[in-house]
Amino acid sequence: MDATDHTSAPPNPRRDRLLILYRTMARIRAFEDAAEIASQGGVQAWGIEASSTPARVRGPLHLSTGQEAVAAGVCINLARTDLLTSTHRGHGHTLAKGADMTRMMCELFGRATGYNGGKGGSMHIADFSVGMLGANGVVAAGIPIATGAAHALKLQGKDALVACFFGDGAINRGPFLEGLNWAQVYGLPVLFVCEDNRIAATTPTYTMTAGDGAAARAVALGLITQTVDGNDVEVVDRAAAQLAQVVRDGRPALLHAITYRFKGHVSVDPGRYRDAAEVARAQQDDPLLRARTVLTELGAGDEAARIDAEAKAEVNAALAVADAAPWPDAAEAYRDVLTTGEGRWR
Amino acid sequence: MSTVLTYAQAAAAALASAMEADSRIVALGEDLGRGGVFGQYMLDGKTLQQRFGSARIIDTPISEANIMGAAVGMALAGLRPVVEMRVIDFALCGMDELVNQAAKNRYMFGGQGRVPLVARMPIGIWTASAAQHSQSLEAWFAHLPGVAVVCPATPQDNHGLLTAALASGDPVVYMEHKELWGLRSEVDTSVEIPLGKARIARAGRGLTIVTWSRTLHETLKAAAELATEGVSCEVIDLRTLWPWDREAVLESCARTKRLLVTHEAVQVAGFGAEVAATVGEELGCPVRRLGAPRIPVGYAPTLEAEARIDAPKIVAAVRAWLDLGPASASAAE
Repeated sequence: MDATDHTSAPPNPRRDRLLILYRTMARIRAFEDAAEIASQGGVQAWGIEASSTPARVRGPLHLSTGQEAVAAGVCINLARTDLLTSTHRGHGHTLAKGADMTRMMCELFGRATGYNGGKGGSMHIADFSVGMLGANGVVAAGIPIATGAAHALKLQGKDALVACFFGDGAINRGPFLEGLNWAQVYGLPVLFVCEDNRIAATTPTYTMTAGDGAAARAVALGLITQTVDGNDVEVVDRAAAQLAQVVRDGRPALLHAITYRFKGHVSVDPGRYRDAAEVARAQQDDPLLRARTVLTELGAGDEAARIDAEAKAEVNAALAVADAAPWPDAAEAYRDVLTTGEGRWR
Repeated sequence: MSTVLTYAQAAAAALASAMEADSRIVALGEDLGRGGVFGQYMLDGKTLQQRFGSARIIDTPISEANIMGAAVGMALAGLRPVVEMRVIDFALCGMDELVNQAAKNRYMFGGQGRVPLVARMPIGIWTASAAQHSQSLEAWFAHLPGVAVVCPATPQDNHGLLTAALASGDPVVYMEHKELWGLRSEVDTSVEIPLGKARIARAGRGLTIVTWSRTLHETLKAAAELATEGVSCEVIDLRTLWPWDREAVLESCARTKRLLVTHEAVQVAGFGAEVAATVGEELGCPVRRLGAPRIPVGYAPTLEAEARIDAPKIVAAVRAWLDLGPASASAAE
């Protein structure tokens, strides 16, 4: 839907932009809710046996439910030519960067028509055609890659930036320090985004993190930073817009967006280690709920409801396509390994 | 002394007993306080942290390099750390600390220090976990002077070998398998299993198959099927890759006159090459290897299957070698 098509209403740029942001968040939520249902039974872990009914989304599925405002608020400030690196929890970043939901769902289903031809699955979702350089199975691994991509953009004189998403757990790995230092030393166009959902796998981050966290560490290296309520999509949008301008002007910046992970570490993790009252409180702070409340105040409640319905219809269509899509041929297992010596496997 | 345990519980039982007996033993890694992501730090419904406290079962930040490096320092200062890397793929973030530090320290400093450290870094394909969570890199460490390399295949061996690793006083690369955590069988906790001793998992006369880790179970299935065709396979579970039990393998091959090595790791430069070359040099008997093709592990089941070494592939390899045809019922002996 074109967010400006309500011709009877007076112009309202705030409402129009929020509707765009809301649509992105609603699409991410619908996609992940559907993927979660499709994943049940997939992994034997967390004290739960794999069920006899095979899951349609197999293997680890890391959901960003509750964190949608960060992806939406940052990516609305990116151009298609900008690049992005993600985490293991990357569906939201991928959708917000402009990837096609159906091809994403096909990849989660492991089908030949998925973005990676079924080679990667959820944890390695990627759409290079929109500059999304990949989700990653290793914490903090995207940081040096983002830094290098930005280095290349600078050397090539290109007018683009790299958005580098990582979690709060990643700031305790060495590549965080090494990547931020590198970006600052060479004056590289990287927008670092610490998507702080306050838990690293199953361990509350505050118990394992010294000092004041991502922004404080970035300040120590001379980066411009902002720390924001990551569940307020308009606040994320404004901060990302300001920092993206800093980056486009030639120096790295860091956005620390504080949010909350509603789900377990993976979709089949019931997250029993978490305080139920804390989770209930967090759900009151749902970024979609908050955006819907504002939209209702702005007289766009009906449009929000329509967006929800459209997102569900879109994901249902994607599920149907993915369900019917073919598996990759076994021969594909031997494609895209290495050009040198191709055809020799033993 | 005998009890039914899972592969994960067997390791927890071994670690708990060792920690009761030796106050120098500590464990450190991500999410250990909750019993480990696979329950490998849980026993009798309690986490080992509940039993031993957070000073000995240490929850850490996501800092693999520092987990491994700190363990080297702890070991030099008198502790006996168990390092939990969750999967080998994550252990790659701590390689300098293992390869340049833990493995070199004793020799490089002229024997002044020792690094008694057990680094748990589970190998193998873990269904639908794709290229970054499915690797079998045991050969890397077999190639590395200064570490022992252990690959248990059963709950009994996970109990006995972890106990031996903790007692060894050396840096031990301890490689459980990601798909064996739930495997349940009888464990006699009084059984001692020394590092470096293989086990004849199935006696036979016509062919020796050497294997380890999860591929043991596929190989035993294959041997059972081949037996119905009159092919008698002796299956040796190597259990320890360094030091590996040359005597047991050579003794068996001297009887059977044929060796096949099966493993889940990529066949090229895999540890099977070392075993096969040794048997060839010592006995001159025919040798074959069956490991994975040199491809990353794909996510889709059709792709993952190409990287797996399962019983049908082992049966097919033996049939082809012995020229039995695809489904022959003739005897090979």
